[in-house]
Amino acid sequence: MTETAPKYLKLAGLEPLIITPESNFINVGERTNVAGSRKFLRLIKAGEFQEAVEIARHQVEGGAQIIDVNMDDGLIDGKTAMVTFLNLIAAEPDIARVPVMIDSSKWEIIEAGLQVIQGKGVVNSISLKEGEAEFMTQAKKIKRYGAAVIIMAFDEVGQADNFERRIEIAKRSYDLLVDRVKFPPQDIIFDLNIFPVATGMEEHRRNAVDFIEATRWVKENLPHVSVSGGVSNVSFSFRGNNTVREAMHSVFLFHAIQAGMNIGIVNPALLEVYDSIPEDLLEHVEDVILDRRDNATERLLAFAETVQGTKKTKTVDLEWRKQNLQERITHALVKGIDAFIVEDVEEARLLSQRPLDVIEGQLMTGMGVVGDLFGSGKMFLPQVVKSARVMKKAVAYLNPFIEEEKSEKQQSLGKILMATVKGDVHDIGKNIVSVVLGCNNYEIIDLGVMVPPEKIIETAIEQQVDAIGLSGLITPSLDEMVFLAKEMERHNLAIPLLIGGATTSKAHTAVKIDTQYKHAVVHVNDASRAVTVVGDLLNERSAESYTANLKEEYESFRTKFLNRGKQKSYISLDEARDKKYKIDWSTFKPEAPNFVGIKKITSTTLTDLLPFIDWSPFVRSWDLHGKFPDILTDDIVGQEAQQLYADAQEMITQLIADQSLEARAVFGIFQANSIDHDDIIVREQEQELARFRTLRQQLKKRDGVPNLALADFIAPQDCGITDHIGAFCVSIFGAQDLADRYKREHDDYNAIMVQALADRFAEAYAEYLHREVRRKHWGYAAGEDLDNQGLIQEAYRGIRPAPGYPACPDHLEKETLWSLLKVEDNIGVSLTESLAMWPAASVSGYYFAHPESKYFGLGKITEDQLINYAQRKGIPLEKAEKWLHPNLAIGSR
Amino acid sequence: MPDIFNELQQRILVLDGAMGTMLQRYEFSEEDFRGARFKDYPTPLKGNNDLLSLTQPHAIAEVHSQYLEAGADIILTNTFSSTTVAMADYQMEELVYELNFKAAEIAKKVAREFSLKDPTKPRYVAGSLGPTNKTASMSPDVNDPGYRAINFQELFEAYKQQTEALLDGGVDLLIVETIFDTLNAKAALFAISEVKEERNLKTPVMVSGTITDASGRTLSGQTAEAFLISIAHADLLSVGFNCSLGASKLQPYLESIAAKTNLAISAYPNAGLPNAFGQYDETAEKMAAQIQSYLDNKLVNIVGGCCGTTPEHIKAIAQLTQGREPRPLIS
Repeated sequence: MTETAPKYLKLAGLEPLIITPESNFINVGERTNVAGSRKFLRLIKAGEFQEAVEIARHQVEGGAQIIDVNMDDGLIDGKTAMVTFLNLIAAEPDIARVPVMIDSSKWEIIEAGLQVIQGKGVVNSISLKEGEAEFMTQAKKIKRYGAAVIIMAFDEVGQADNFERRIEIAKRSYDLLVDRVKFPPQDIIFDLNIFPVATGMEEHRRNAVDFIEATRWVKENLPHVSVSGGVSNVSFSFRGNNTVREAMHSVFLFHAIQAGMNIGIVNPALLEVYDSIPEDLLEHVEDVILDRRDNATERLLAFAETVQGTKKTKTVDLEWRKQNLQERITHALVKGIDAFIVEDVEEARLLSQRPLDVIEGQLMTGMGVVGDLFGSGKMFLPQVVKSARVMKKAVAYLNPFIEEEKSEKQQSLGKILMATVKGDVHDIGKNIVSVVLGCNNYEIIDLGVMVPPEKIIETAIEQQVDAIGLSGLITPSLDEMVFLAKEMERHNLAIPLLIGGATTSKAHTAVKIDTQYKHAVVHVNDASRAVTVVGDLLNERSAESYTANLKEEYESFRTKFLNRGKQKSYISLDEARDKKYKIDWSTFKPEAPNFVGIKKITSTTLTDLLPFIDWSPFVRSWDLHGKFPDILTDDIVGQEAQQLYADAQEMITQLIADQSLEARAVFGIFQANSIDHDDIIVREQEQELARFRTLRQQLKKRDGVPNLALADFIAPQDCGITDHIGAFCVSIFGAQDLADRYKREHDDYNAIMVQALADRFAEAYAEYLHREVRRKHWGYAAGEDLDNQGLIQEAYRGIRPAPGYPACPDHLEKETLWSLLKVEDNIGVSLTESLAMWPAASVSGYYFAHPESKYFGLGKITEDQLINYAQRKGIPLEKAEKWLHPNLAIGSR
Repeated sequence: MPDIFNELQQRILVLDGAMGTMLQRYEFSEEDFRGARFKDYPTPLKGNNDLLSLTQPHAIAEVHSQYLEAGADIILTNTFSSTTVAMADYQMEELVYELNFKAAEIAKKVAREFSLKDPTKPRYVAGSLGPTNKTASMSPDVNDPGYRAINFQELFEAYKQQTEALLDGGVDLLIVETIFDTLNAKAALFAISEVKEERNLKTPVMVSGTITDASGRTLSGQTAEAFLISIAHADLLSVGFNCSLGASKLQPYLESIAAKTNLAISAYPNAGLPNAFGQYDETAEKMAAQIQSYLDNKLVNIVGGCCGTTPEHIKAIAQLTQGREPRPLIS
């Protein structure tokens, strides 16, 4: 049968991608290409496919609508790598939803790829290079496999490098495909070769123009086809000058798209908005791209010298102030500039009938742009938070006028209640989610930290909220969340429940929380996802099916998870003790510490701590994922990371100048021996001060692999050696007050910033103090000299595990620590009912000095250890179970 | 045989109902399944319905004839599991050619008798290619997402053999059905395309996927439209859905593809959803009432039944389609 419907290029992953003449330019992600990404190449070479999969995920999340996968490298078995990688991404619904572009110069790799994709992908590429017969055989197979194809402008003679050759090869390829192979013309994509311009060689002058003109000819003369290409080639000769490159890409795309190019590989980080290219730069670049002057290249080269690196000093560029009002407001919101917003909003207010119109008009228009850019991966979280700051400032200015008018309040998309659960004090993540939802026009009711469940439920009912978001960082918060879900069910609430925070997981949410509550429960661990999730949950049309899908997804996840849990086996506590880590104490003499007792320190300043900050977790707390300092030069988020880092430096300078944060610490070094396998007795001059109870791994391991407990690192009582143990607590005071003040000033960006920095300073202090202890107070490593990287990599001797973390997950041990060091009396850090430390920017733990001591994860324990532990601690079994809940092996109780 | 495409332009064609449900009524024992020929076969054979084409051919013919009597225009061969992949469970890979060939022969013989009785209502036999019991785009092991229990090449070879045997047995059409993994279906379509080319045939091909749950996706995760796009390269007569949900729950997915293709649309849902005992108990009247809505919306060109449906259901559906206009097809 013949089709009369328009012939569109239709592709599919798990979801369709239909490319019509009205479609926006389709961006192909190329980071999963060994030739396009060094990191990807390194991972594939090393066989680290899981991490390579994350690159694909990052691409799709960043807005790539197709992902190009290429494994052509001399040192890689390309066929195996292609199949392995495509099979792995097929298992990731977030990635597999987009179509795959199978990219190889080897037919056998292409065919292997075609055999593992269930959707309709694109072959990249085939050409007439080896003659018509081979070309048609391959095309016929591609058709039979059901894929679209990229045709390179290449033939037996070579690559097309001018207008005539491009159209000649395109026409010949098209006729063979359509007339002879009966290949659907809409499934043909031409890559007409994008070559560099401004190389200084005369024959390259028309490279861009010829491409653009050939594109126009192809689109006019070869019905239904698409045109694609790798855009960054065009600016090859300006590598190193991103300002010029970005402008060249934009200009090239602007003209190529007008001519009909509709698909391409473009790095969004290297793309300026055409309209915002300065006029003089635009003129020079267009001269080159469109070959408008004989000396265009020379002129651009000369001009490029002047724009080289001007980006950084552009902060004082006030050119945008000359634009019209809406453009200025949008600019201020997109760029996060709050300097003029009150002035602009006042101008808008005077022009509007009602002050509310400014919010619903100019401001929402601007935030719409922010939302679109964020949604399409062109803006990143720190920028969005800054936009929100500007928005809040504008709204705060307008509020008195609105009140005056007594007009109705702005219609929000829905009310979201946000809270950090009872006993937990950590709220950076919650604040970020609140801000992002807030600037997407949701009304946020933020109940703050340590919110009891009754209050959450009461407020939810009273305020008729549309969703509840719970956050928590420490493990006891998990149980609080389970409890709250139960309570919501008991109160017959039907409000969707969002779960987030560092300690939460999809597994815990699916297994423990989702089962308590009939209605929607969803684990959301990054702010950008929160917006779409809430949008789906509150959308009247989709809510029901979305919720049903969620429930099913969690159900199947749960089944899989529980099945997985069953496969592990455990040994009894007695057996585990037999397999303890055996240190040979006959050959090791622990060094006697220079200092024994408890010491309080309040003289350390932020300046002392600054060199010890580990910046990777800092950028991570802003949803920018990557290692510091590499992330500063990352192709996609590099600029944002740089900006964030610069803002942090600025705030630190301020904090140091104002002395608004105070660092306090207390530590102690005591005589100690391990006793009864798993306990550590702490003494001062033969008098028992405390007993630490440690927990032992019970996972069944290979012969010869020990089952560890922290007590193994301390000399046993019966070996006659006097050993030592240390304990510490460090804290940064003052961050909360500052954050509150910023919040009152509608500056969430800085509120979050100060909390995030306080956390980093607390960690830095822990690092700093540990070094002081090793080198001075205990003195077993007097000669140690490591730089910060060495410290971050824990290249030193000894460890400082913290209660509540993997080696010793029991938070109750903090109580022992607190009474031993008299922490609250000494430095004023207190414990909440869930045993979180207050202020939140605090770190506490033990010091172990033996060279063989190391960090480990306890993993799951079984009921025998639980009972034994409760007895040793002298606490009711129920209490022990409550606190060790997350570590109990499934089915052990 | 008259060109089925011409028939489709004039009326809604009726597909048959469940084979398995009907065979259960015979209450065949292990011995019945074995017959004399497989008396000493080393594996248990009860439940291998496709084997009945060899050991109880009269029963298969009888079911076909009941469906044709009820008004079916198209009957499906009893070959859902007749591939080397699916027959491995019974160690009967060697019998695959014969199973397909015989099943096609039986169906064709019955259909021919009906066509001769009333030449104005030609009856077609569609050779059924099932999904097999393995998936090419999903791992059966949650801990090893990159693992595959079967690959494209293996499926291709199995389907090619099945296709050749069905065509040798005389089928008029081929139907790749109950697709839960589009990659399996693509292997089947690849094989069919190759055989058709080798034999210079124009045999019409039907494709029928299955939506596994209310999420509106196939088991392998595709939306209805993505599924449509992924199989549209094959030269097809029709596309549609079968099995899984009951008739009314299937409707939105039929709508979503009907709006996006010029191919004929087929639907043969189950008799409702299974009850607590795994049985399908929706009556013919109830099911027909839901199919009525397909017709009122001019949604389908081919309609029939899957699990749990009987000649009664097909009779009710056939009566419903009498004189009703099919979904318009552009030629």
